[in-house]
Amino acid sequence: MPGVVVRDLPLDLDAFEGPFDLLLTLVLKEELELAEVEIAEIVVTFVDSRGKCCAFPAGDVGRLASLASTECVDAGREPLDLDVCGEFLVLVAALLELKARELFGGEEIGLDDLDPDEAAEELAERLAAYRRFKAAAGWLEERLAAESDRYFRVGPAPLAPALARELPRQDATLLAAALRALGAEPPEPSLRHLVLTYPPVSLFLERFRALVRRRRRFEFDEEVRGLSRIEQAVAFLALLELRKAGEILLGQPAPLAPITVWTARSV
Amino acid sequence: MDRALRLIDNPVDRVARVVEGLLVVAPRPLSVEELAEATGDGPDRVETALGLLAARYREGRSGIVLERVAGGYAFRAAREAAEACARLVDRPVRRGLSQAALETLAIVAYLGPVSRPEVARIRGVAADSAVAGLVDRGLIAEAGRAGEGGAVRYRTTALFERVFGLTSLAELPRLDDLGGDAQEIRARLEAVAERRGA
Repeated sequence: MPGVVVRDLPLDLDAFEGPFDLLLTLVLKEELELAEVEIAEIVVTFVDSRGKCCAFPAGDVGRLASLASTECVDAGREPLDLDVCGEFLVLVAALLELKARELFGGEEIGLDDLDPDEAAEELAERLAAYRRFKAAAGWLEERLAAESDRYFRVGPAPLAPALARELPRQDATLLAAALRALGAEPPEPSLRHLVLTYPPVSLFLERFRALVRRRRRFEFDEEVRGLSRIEQAVAFLALLELRKAGEILLGQPAPLAPITVWTARSV
Repeated sequence: MDRALRLIDNPVDRVARVVEGLLVVAPRPLSVEELAEATGDGPDRVETALGLLAARYREGRSGIVLERVAGGYAFRAAREAAEACARLVDRPVRRGLSQAALETLAIVAYLGPVSRPEVARIRGVAADSAVAGLVDRGLIAEAGRAGEGGAVRYRTTALFERVFGLTSLAELPRLDDLGGDAQEIRARLEAVAERRGA
């Protein structure tokens, strides 16, 4: 058989398409579910590929050996390569074993791990267990036949759900009161702390202008004494405003000392 | 007239009438506890009442028969009426069950809750379609999973006990009394092996 080695055997199955060795790799990596692979299809593909060089009925694996013999040579065809066939058989047998193991997953003890005596014991145990259930099935069958003239209602009518628990007697007026309290309009929240009430700067501008006009000089601290802190601050802003406009002069001997105000106009 | 009324007003008779009514309405067998809770009477009195009813509703005397089934009490038609019933209504299990279904049912009844792989292990073949068929018929039902994310497990239903006329699963014959024992099978296996060897 020239060319095609078993590993390169092209496969076209329901579950897989590609060379044989890729199938093996995928199965070993557990990326392909072996249970879905039809191994019989692989065998047919292989036998077909042999058939091209050495005609024999497709599927008749039993005749592989005889085909390797003189038959083919006599017919003028190439004889079957026994090495290739042997390799194929080994691989397919391995696949079959893997598949069988997979199909019977969850088996704690494989029978072939036991010595023949234990294996026979295990097998007998299992057969006995199965026989008991088979007998039980027979018992059920007889029972079903014996009870076949019992007719009864299998209504879908659901039973009323059981009350979870009995509540103590409730006073309806309490509930009404609770609801009324919930329904009442809540009191308007106070915004007083958000509003700063202070006079405009212009008020102090007018007042200080009048003062310097009348007295030419005054003590700032005396004028704002008795005002609130925020009013004093506004008054000070007015003072700075007037100074910026050049209407007044300011004097303070030391930081935080009393401020004296003069008119800027020389009369 | 007065005298007759007093007789009927015997408390057990009253409970019997209420229990009778409950059993007519119930879609499934009712246990003594359920009946006691519904009637508001003690279990003792309910059982006495059930005794009265069983004497009245029995084969040969009434078309309705009180039976103890699936862990409770239920009315069914008398066997005398079975033929007529068959013309009018279906039984939950109309045709017989297949061998695979019967074997699967037996395994679930004895070992339940049990998963499909466990059933397959005992029977040696996949149990998927047998299990699905029994679930469809309402004879078995899912009963949780074997551990976190494990296989779904199944157990038999009350309907199973009712169809097979069982008071409870305890009424099934002991598994040990069924089938051959391992010794006997082993002897047969060895006999076969010897014949092969020869």
